[in-house]
Amino acid sequence: MIKRSKKYSVFSLVKNAMSYHENWQPAWRNPEIKKEYDAIIVGGGGHGLTTAFYLAKNHGIKNIAVVEKGWIGGGNTGRNTTIIRSNYLWDQSAAIYDHALKLWEGMSQELNYNVMFSQRGVMNVAHNLHDVRELKRRWHANRLNGIDCEWLNTEEVKKFCPVINTSPNIRYPVLGATLQRRAGTARHDAVAWGYARAADEMGVDIIQNCEVTGINMSNGNVTGIETSKGIINSKKIGIVAAGHSSVIAKMAGIKLPLESRPLQALVSEPVKPVIDTVVMSNTIHAYVSQSDKGELVIGAGTDGYNSYSQRGGFNIVEDTIMAIVELFPLFSRMKMLRHWGGIVDICPDASPIISKTHVNGLYFNCGWGTGGFKATPGSGWVFAHTIANDQPHALNAPFSINRFSSGELVDEHGAAAVAH
Amino acid sequence: MRLQNNKNLNQTKKIGFTFDGKKYYGLEGDTLASALLSNSVHLFGRSFKYHRPRGIISAGCEEPNGIVQLEVNEFTEPNRRATEVVLYEGLVAKSQNRWPSLNYDLGAINDLLSPFFPAGFYYKTFMWPPKFWKTYEYFIRRAAGLGHAPKKDDPHKYEHYHYHCDTLIVGSGVSGLYAAKIAAAKNLKVLLVEQEDQVGGAILSSNDYENKINTNSQTEWKKTILDELNNLQNVKIITSTTLFAYMHYNYLLAIQDLQPNIGKDKKNSVRQIIWKIRAKKVILATGSIERPLTFNNNDRPGIMLANSASKYLNGYGVNLGEKIVIFTNNDSAYQTAIDFHHNNIDITAVVDVRNNIEGDLPKIVKKLGIKIYSGSIISNTTGRRKIKTAHIKKINDNNVEIINCDLLCMSGGWSPTVHLFTQSRGKLKFRDEDSCFVPDQAHQKTISIGACNGTFDLKNILKETYTSVNDFLNEEEKILDGELYDAERINIGKQENAWIVNKENISKSKMFVDFQNDVTAKDIKTALSEGFRSIEHVKRYTTNGMATDQGKTSNVNALGIISELTGQDISHLGTTTFRLPYTPVTFGAMAGRFVKEFFDIERKTPMHSWHVNNNALFEDVGQWKRSWYYPKKNETMDEAVNREVKATRDSLGILDASTLGKIDLKGRDVSEFLNRIYTNAWSKLAVGKCRYGIMLGDDGMVIDDGVTTRLGDHHYLMTTTTGNAASVMSKLEDWLQTEWPELEVYLTSVTEQFGTISLNGPNSRKIVELLFPDQDFSSETFPHMSFKNLEIDKVSCRVMRISFTGEICYEINIPASYALSLWNKCIELGKNFNITPYGTEAMHVLRAEKGYIIVGQETDGSVTPVDLDMNWIVSKKKYDFIGKRALIRSDTVKEDRKQLVGILTVDPSIVLEEGSQLVEVETSLPMPMVGHITSSYYSPNLGRSIALALVKSGTKKKGVKLIVPTVNTSVEVEITNPVFIDPKNERLLA
Amino acid sequence: MLLINCPYCGEREQEEFTCGGEAHIERPKNPPDLSDDQWADYLFLRQNTKGLQYERWNHSFGCRQWFNVARNTATDEILAIYKIGEKPPPLESNEPLTPSGEPHIGSGNFSTSKK
Repeated sequence: MIKRSKKYSVFSLVKNAMSYHENWQPAWRNPEIKKEYDAIIVGGGGHGLTTAFYLAKNHGIKNIAVVEKGWIGGGNTGRNTTIIRSNYLWDQSAAIYDHALKLWEGMSQELNYNVMFSQRGVMNVAHNLHDVRELKRRWHANRLNGIDCEWLNTEEVKKFCPVINTSPNIRYPVLGATLQRRAGTARHDAVAWGYARAADEMGVDIIQNCEVTGINMSNGNVTGIETSKGIINSKKIGIVAAGHSSVIAKMAGIKLPLESRPLQALVSEPVKPVIDTVVMSNTIHAYVSQSDKGELVIGAGTDGYNSYSQRGGFNIVEDTIMAIVELFPLFSRMKMLRHWGGIVDICPDASPIISKTHVNGLYFNCGWGTGGFKATPGSGWVFAHTIANDQPHALNAPFSINRFSSGELVDEHGAAAVAH
Repeated sequence: MRLQNNKNLNQTKKIGFTFDGKKYYGLEGDTLASALLSNSVHLFGRSFKYHRPRGIISAGCEEPNGIVQLEVNEFTEPNRRATEVVLYEGLVAKSQNRWPSLNYDLGAINDLLSPFFPAGFYYKTFMWPPKFWKTYEYFIRRAAGLGHAPKKDDPHKYEHYHYHCDTLIVGSGVSGLYAAKIAAAKNLKVLLVEQEDQVGGAILSSNDYENKINTNSQTEWKKTILDELNNLQNVKIITSTTLFAYMHYNYLLAIQDLQPNIGKDKKNSVRQIIWKIRAKKVILATGSIERPLTFNNNDRPGIMLANSASKYLNGYGVNLGEKIVIFTNNDSAYQTAIDFHHNNIDITAVVDVRNNIEGDLPKIVKKLGIKIYSGSIISNTTGRRKIKTAHIKKINDNNVEIINCDLLCMSGGWSPTVHLFTQSRGKLKFRDEDSCFVPDQAHQKTISIGACNGTFDLKNILKETYTSVNDFLNEEEKILDGELYDAERINIGKQENAWIVNKENISKSKMFVDFQNDVTAKDIKTALSEGFRSIEHVKRYTTNGMATDQGKTSNVNALGIISELTGQDISHLGTTTFRLPYTPVTFGAMAGRFVKEFFDIERKTPMHSWHVNNNALFEDVGQWKRSWYYPKKNETMDEAVNREVKATRDSLGILDASTLGKIDLKGRDVSEFLNRIYTNAWSKLAVGKCRYGIMLGDDGMVIDDGVTTRLGDHHYLMTTTTGNAASVMSKLEDWLQTEWPELEVYLTSVTEQFGTISLNGPNSRKIVELLFPDQDFSSETFPHMSFKNLEIDKVSCRVMRISFTGEICYEINIPASYALSLWNKCIELGKNFNITPYGTEAMHVLRAEKGYIIVGQETDGSVTPVDLDMNWIVSKKKYDFIGKRALIRSDTVKEDRKQLVGILTVDPSIVLEEGSQLVEVETSLPMPMVGHITSSYYSPNLGRSIALALVKSGTKKKGVKLIVPTVNTSVEVEITNPVFIDPKNERLLA
Repeated sequence: MLLINCPYCGEREQEEFTCGGEAHIERPKNPPDLSDDQWADYLFLRQNTKGLQYERWNHSFGCRQWFNVARNTATDEILAIYKIGEKPPPLESNEPLTPSGEPHIGSGNFSTSKK
């Protein structure tokens, strides 16, 4: 066991500079796999790592393995547009996302790892009267749910984000926007690394390059997993496999209400600061912010078919860029530097599943669709509770898999189209 | 002074340009880089993190250092690579990331502080006090970024071209041109794409004395083939065009840069074109990129890739220096020594890490009398704004020889340009002998030839191209096309890995790997020691390969360094993903001609011009432009809407309802079909009658509503909401084609074939009587919810008596081309009845007064017809219909679901905001909410505000008081019936 | 972008088509007899297969006909196209290299050959 001698700080940085940075300790160990754990988390993304962290921290379960097929943070955690907000419509969603947002606010200090959570505000833009009505409904619901949210009219939008085009004569004019000031972005890789380091410090084994190949069960109870590195036993197994949730579920004979779709995003070349907030338009599927490095980070909509190929059609990206250069004509001469695709697991009601299953000791946390990053700490918090107590936390009780039978969906699509 | 050999230039045409405010001259054919170098400008910019002075290291798209802000004002463009910018008259460029000037940059203090900025330092600091992160970040953001985004709108245009071909060839070097010749001979439609402004690839950097093809110089050979190809109908060659994406099914994207053609400050010209290419087969001949060597202070201006130096020398006649040192681990850099010798420039030394130097090229260099330091390295360099000395030492020996030099050419081996191959999902394998990734298995119909396939010598390139291309393009019979070419055999000595030169000093040295992002070998070492083992982790932690060049010169070197530090094979490490685009692509070009305006069809009704002429404001509903309201002089919106609403109730209003979806249904089984897709029963609907229907999803939630009319025994006309017309049509087709193919039903969308005029109000009957004088419109012969086929001026039209206002209403559907004329006629005839055109806002008020719902406003995908208090429309008798089963799930049968109610404010003058939330009591936050306002208006007919809402258990709570907490105050409201006017339908049925 | 061979029109760009999700899910003939779970199964639960998936596509900007496609969702290769009502042809998709369905070629972000 390596003992981490000191915390990260400006002093440790200076001290290590004297020794040419040769004495930093590993952020996490490369542990030997034990035969049995008190709990196994399948999936070393943000949600999996936070689950392990909070199992250890809040529930005292420290004999945990996080099993990751590739490298930690290599799935959707490492390939999203890093938007963090909690201005959801329904009470159930608002509660869990705002719980997450509160955890974001203290994350760098809690982890002793700077995740660069940047509360530069998120604007959701309305382009027609239907958007205005829907966003105002959400604004009022947010207000009463204790979530900071403001309504900005067109002039206020322009004032808050001067680079946006508020001309009334464009195809999708800006009629107003909601603004959540506490919302913002974070450095996505740092979130995975920070939680991994903190979980490791509490004894969690992070096992990379270890692919799950089967789930062992006996008499309706889960007993362990088979992996590319052998069998690992545990009576509690939490699956946090995002786009691959259905693949793992199949190993346990479970069918989920999920579709795995390509989701594409891209960054521009870095430039000096040009936009100081996050702008989202659901109507035309365009999301943009500027990273601390200076790159514009732009998200597109999902492709319309299932795929695990981590690639989508260029038409989707083209549509998003068309929308971006209408809203931000000054970006037209900037350049796309890097484009990527991820796999998002989408539920019919665009809300997640954080749930027990009919197999005792087997839990699923999936279906976060295009919006999982923002929920990372909250998701881990409640999933850890669910695994530790074998019953959901009040915050994730509404997100049970049973809602698809009862009909008690948490439909966050909003009405897709106005229809008079 | 240019040297004599400058084959890429047009000597006769001088071009003036400006860099950092100073005027220079170049020649036609120059890049900005070659032009500046020929003016002895070696300092091009400052690095991202440490602000170290940097010069050009390459002659192509791999350039990490020489990036500039091109042009000014609206023409400006950040982060352009000087090595790719083709010179044009009047070009203006500025260096980036420096202040106040390139020579004196205050940011250079970072270089001194660099010990405190190791990889990932920001993850370890700036955490306390927590509130200060915003301030820290402010400064971090201002320090980051390279160039500046434009501050004015883009003056240029962009285009998209679609192109289909049999064979796409990417790259016009020896192998690409040869492949084009072979493909052309097979009569295939060939597209040859070249990223540079001139065809030739590596030919452009070769000298013309050696490496001949048959007996011709490569330049002569190129000219002959190019002349042949240019004369063929089936071959198209495009230059200045970079293939940047290789996607599914041989769909490839290329971007063509027309900037040099349009020149300076020309507004509205097409600047770039994206080519969208679907090719049957793809031949990749994309060449290779030379790798730098990783040694201390390897980033000074004047340190350059050896082959790039050859290109400036042979192609552009640039005199790069007087005292030249070459540092290499392979034979190819010896060619550069020979090239300098041909130009009568002496090479001071060739430093080679290898002890055994056996290839043919080193032999020639030896014969030329150039000093070769074998088994040696360069351990350090000096020189602030340009290299001054190189420190040479034997490996395992501490004696350093310092020699003066003003140009250091380096070669760390070659990386085949496999980017497009991997984008196409082909797999690579690592070739140990010369440490490079080469294509292994292809996933699509593509081959790689020449240097991008790891074939580096001319003789083999010619041989491989001939056989591979013939094999690849022959479908069945084996026909060999194209002439046979040959070149002299050159023996190549074994390359030796030197991933980190002087490994023991790694932590104390500045050995740059990623030049632009200032990632050093030490940073990689730090990352590894901190537990970042995966190449993806190292990349993300150090930012290696994430700069604007995307690691073209740094990725393989980083792998080599990791391999050397950890003892793992590179083949086991794998690579990071080669992502599109190959080189950065302008957003404007991606948007194409819609760069100024998002392309989405605007649909307009046949009466649109009338609305425009009558001062209508428009609302976007789906793709339609609908009249919102028609303000008269000085009228506010409220005044206009009140006037329209009042006039309609009092006398006569006219609405353009053409946007509603209209679906024509014919066939034997239409009534059975309607039974299945609507909640109510349709079998007994008589010909000539209309019926309102609600359509559900199979989850029981309302998705659409509308009136369907039975026109004949087997003929119906369905109306849908404006926004859902297309999706309803698709869904109906889906059911019919896939689930119920046994039903004989034919669907035709006729939305745009008819204009629909809706005449509402107590005087509407008088108008239709004037329009159709011989018809009886009394309720006895033409009751509510019935239909007649009538004629007006010999044009047949369909008249329905249906209503969305609660007033008597006649909707006339007339072929679209007559709709405007009929509209005008109605306006004319209606003058005596104060006919008032009304828009969607008044329509909303009128229907809300009557308690009619709007799908998408009273519903949001979570509302059943039962929730809408419309039990009457849900058939209990039918065994099944779409959505029926879902209505009896445990949640949908709950009694405390949100249900549709009317809401009246206690103070009648307050109009609630739509979307407002309802609570029973005000508490501290979070406040339990019991419902929300779906519609809210001032009703001029009632002289007060009205609203509709969805409220938990609302149907049972009529009379109960609730509170709407607004931003500043709370409004007391009462739950009522949702029908505010004419609950007994007396006006409607009159 | 995919290239789809519409059985009625021939090869067309993907942009002309809309995907309708998993194929061969028949709407139950006896909804009133089904439990909430069984109804949820029909309505929401999906195989979401990684690998060979049978799915429905509509030539929505063309002939507007629905048809079936057999596609490897790990590589996006289209393996077969057949009309509505026809039985799916027996097919083998690109053999997975790992149990989670990563084929050795044409998928994911691995750019080097695995040995």
